[in-house]
Amino acid sequence: MSSTPHTLRLDAEALYVNLLDGVRRLVTADTALVGVWSGGAWLAERLARDLGLKTPHGVISSALHRDDFGSRGMSATKAATQLPFEVEGRSILLIDDVLYTGRTTRAVINELFDFGRPASVTLAVLVDRGGRQLPIEPAYSAARISLPADERVSLDRTDDGRFQFHFEKV
Amino acid sequence: MSTSLPMRKPQRNPQLNAHGELIHLLSTEGLPQPIIHQILDTAEQFLSVNDREVKKVPLLRGKSVFNLFFENSTRTRTTFEIAAKRLSADVINLDIARSSASKGESLLDTIANLSAMQADMFIVRHSESGAPYLIAQHVAPHVHVVNAGDGRHAHPTQALLDMYTIRHYKKDFTNLTVAIVGDIVHSRVARSNIHALTTLGVPEVRVVGPRTLVPGDLREMGVRVCHNLEEGIKDADVVIMLRLQNERMNGGMLPSSGEFFKEFGLTQAKLALAKPDAIVMHPGPINRGVEIESAVADGKQSVILPQVTFGIAVRMAVMSIIAGNEA
Repeated sequence: MSSTPHTLRLDAEALYVNLLDGVRRLVTADTALVGVWSGGAWLAERLARDLGLKTPHGVISSALHRDDFGSRGMSATKAATQLPFEVEGRSILLIDDVLYTGRTTRAVINELFDFGRPASVTLAVLVDRGGRQLPIEPAYSAARISLPADERVSLDRTDDGRFQFHFEKV
Repeated sequence: MSTSLPMRKPQRNPQLNAHGELIHLLSTEGLPQPIIHQILDTAEQFLSVNDREVKKVPLLRGKSVFNLFFENSTRTRTTFEIAAKRLSADVINLDIARSSASKGESLLDTIANLSAMQADMFIVRHSESGAPYLIAQHVAPHVHVVNAGDGRHAHPTQALLDMYTIRHYKKDFTNLTVAIVGDIVHSRVARSNIHALTTLGVPEVRVVGPRTLVPGDLREMGVRVCHNLEEGIKDADVVIMLRLQNERMNGGMLPSSGEFFKEFGLTQAKLALAKPDAIVMHPGPINRGVEIESAVADGKQSVILPQVTFGIAVRMAVMSIIAGNEA
């Protein structure tokens, strides 16, 4: 966990408060939150609790629909999609920690449709770092940042459940 | 059956590439523990594909999987076919068992021809031990080979689905007693299971059966040899029954199937000697009344049918992992 000056400027807990506000405005009676594994899943879990949603939140993995399977192979992960509600006809609000190229979002939308035909799919993220390679836009992002292409940012969750960003060179 | 295939001594584990990633599945012998866990974890993801509206994922879309069964096995071939189709591959079944025996150089000619048809993966069942190794040594770097059973040597996907089943019911391997019962010496399933169980850290693996089918030198594989069923399954957590092949009786290795059942057939009364929560496994097809009593095969400790379901997910995992790695 090397910390760089970025961590000082980007407070994940403060951004979460903004995300909670943004998501509150997007949620309707039949909305189900679906967190993209792993950072998005933590966010969805806490959002569902803080908003007191009746529908349990889902977790979705991009592993089976990734477009870089041919070059990167099967990722060694235990992440499995779990959607504890009927997808058919439901409004789905996808939650992710960091939005970048949009390829993960594309993969999880495909994954979602393997379970049924949702009424709508929207996206809310903690951080939008630009650099899109697909026509995907979030309905809400708590922050927009720009990062060099060789830097990676992701969300970590501490043992006591607090969020912090993790930066690394790739 | 005496023709042996020419084999080159490989420089390194032929199943792994230079980065230590799985490119072929040939045997559980020498398969590193992290790779076994990777396969089991991946299979867990695929198991849930059964619950979806769309029971297919696109990982092998546009790839051609050739089922090459030089020895007949409808069931194993079918499970590979289902697994490949769930991964969106095109599956081609070659009815090789019924065509003229393809051995030695002609085996490689078959492979060269099929490779020219843009095969991406070969699933190979062969009566000669080592045939899948020979094929793996001669295919192009992007082509992958899965051993679906070779001679008496190995049946790694059966062993991996057995490991998946054990992990599913018992969670941890490091405190288990596993008894494998029946014709151990001729069984590629037993051999592959022993290697996998040992790699996963199972402290006690027992092999149980008559002296003709369970010779004492099996101890060299790190197992306990028992010639008495009661002793062999006492306090076991897992009992793996093997199918008794009729040809063994004809060969004079056993007096009769009735005699075998009396000594080594698994009955409810004998199963009571194992732990109360012991599971009973069998690779199928089962011979009721020969190695296993119907009451046990259909009983609440039997996990024989879940094994079949897990087998599809495990084969999906193996195929998707090797297809994603280059030689």
